[in-house]
Amino acid sequence: MGALVAASVAICILCLQFGATRVDLATLLVVAKQWLGLGSVEGDGGGTAAIIMMHIRLPRVLMGFVVGGSLAAVGVTLQALLRNPLADPYVLGVSSGAALGAALAMLLGIGASMMLLPVLPLCGFAGGLLALLLIYRLAQSQGRLPVHSLLLAGVILNAILTALIMFITSIMEPNRSAGLMAWLMGSLTAPGYPALGVLVGYAVLVLAIVMHKAHALNVLTLGEETARSLGIETERIKKQLFVLTALLTGAVVSVSGMIGFVGMVVPHAVRLVVGSDHRLLLPASALVGGMFLVISDTIARTILAPAEIPVGIVTALAGGPFFLYLLLWRKDRML
Amino acid sequence: MQADRVSFRYRTDQAGRPWTVEDLSFNVQAGEVLGIVGPNGSGKSSLLKLLAGLLRPSSGQIRLGSQSIGHIDPHLLARSIAVVPQEYVQVFPFTVAETVLMGRFPHRRGSWWGIGIGEESEHDLRQAHQAMVETDVVALAGRLVSDLSGGERQRVMIARALAQEPTILLLDEPMAFLDINHQIEICALIRRLQRERQLTVVLVSHDLNVASQSCDRVMMLKDGRIVQIGSPMETITPESLRAVYGCDVVVDAHPYSGRPRVTMPV
Repeated sequence: MGALVAASVAICILCLQFGATRVDLATLLVVAKQWLGLGSVEGDGGGTAAIIMMHIRLPRVLMGFVVGGSLAAVGVTLQALLRNPLADPYVLGVSSGAALGAALAMLLGIGASMMLLPVLPLCGFAGGLLALLLIYRLAQSQGRLPVHSLLLAGVILNAILTALIMFITSIMEPNRSAGLMAWLMGSLTAPGYPALGVLVGYAVLVLAIVMHKAHALNVLTLGEETARSLGIETERIKKQLFVLTALLTGAVVSVSGMIGFVGMVVPHAVRLVVGSDHRLLLPASALVGGMFLVISDTIARTILAPAEIPVGIVTALAGGPFFLYLLLWRKDRML
Repeated sequence: MQADRVSFRYRTDQAGRPWTVEDLSFNVQAGEVLGIVGPNGSGKSSLLKLLAGLLRPSSGQIRLGSQSIGHIDPHLLARSIAVVPQEYVQVFPFTVAETVLMGRFPHRRGSWWGIGIGEESEHDLRQAHQAMVETDVVALAGRLVSDLSGGERQRVMIARALAQEPTILLLDEPMAFLDINHQIEICALIRRLQRERQLTVVLVSHDLNVASQSCDRVMMLKDGRIVQIGSPMETITPESLRAVYGCDVVVDAHPYSGRPRVTMPV
């Protein structure tokens, strides 16, 4: 775990250097010293680098890390709750719900300006939670929640929500719909520090509570009745964790759109290395998810520099084939 | 453990429909192996889930000592009653040792963090190891549960249940999908646990010979009602089997145990 934390910091520092303009490690150190009050700006180069660093690149890398980590942790949690290694906020339609909420806000012009940025996450929460409540109602029968109905409900809900998002896109003015499409494909921006703070707050809060349930998640994977026979109140813990994951998904989607595959592929890969114990799997997946997205985003903003491509495309192109490989390699025992 | 006029049906709104189990009263005596047999749909598995507290009786109650099990905190109940389900499919790659340690969950009610991420205590590890010794799965500790054979997996699930340190062990069709060598193994294991741990065992089986060989008493169910309850000699007779299954069978004495043995007439 210590090694993973060190690797995360190293990856972030490495990725800070790359972008439309290259900032080397020496300059990075100067900026860091200056920020810590240990030195002063040396010439114009240092000044520009400092602005790029502190206002654009650092917040973006940090956001990438938090978004990636959150997606991976949400994926792990949903997989355990549903006893399905394919579960993911996207499969369940929670992301689509959050995206629809945010897209509606954009259509109504609420979220169009940067000034109103905090509105978007709220609409994302609302959309994600509504999707989740709907799916919960749909899948609930006989007072309990059969896993298959839930997944099926997720697939259908996803189709409906995607259609609604497409509808919103189609009636928007072309220039705004282009922006919406780019966001839907999953893209990171440089957030202001208050927005970043809010996101970090949600991530830390949700992760702390989910970690507290890590051992119960292990037991839940034994199956619902066995978990209940071991003294777990499965319905209650499921409800709690579904709501928490919806909250975090809403927050993440509203700032970064639909970044797929992180919540599915990262936990798979991490499981191969650290095993399935959620006390280890959860934090390890969060760190690896963070690193994965920071690297993906660095590729997204450098490969066609100065132009950027949506990071969702990079994660899908990197994660999709890897996922197929996992499917082929492990199909006998996992699925 | 005592069942007092227990009735149950899955949907409470179907007042006209027959009960899944109806008006059952019986005792489970401490230290005995009680077998529940009967045709498919006779309510065997539902009855086991009622005893486990996984289903709530629609009427009547099941008592553990003097308390109704519906009123016992689930964690505390899990320290007395352990359940081995019929089938176990592990979706995630947990090792045998990790799986057995999950049986310690009901005992981990210490600090706030202790429940969630804390390491297992020395006592947890000792109990889990003891359970693995008794079920002979120590050598498998590092293997993935998904890689095991049916018999090995069943022993692991019993080890997990034993790690709960229960006084009552409930098994749903413990030998249903096993080859004959593994059936013998599990049967001997159940007997040994009864002897050495003074465990009370309730097992559901559709196999009359399994019940006859491994149980002290047998309860025969039909349409959710008790037809017979008593020693295998008393319950497994051509007459009772005709009444329950509606067919003729040959019942003779097992050459070694002398217990009833059921075979097809042709």
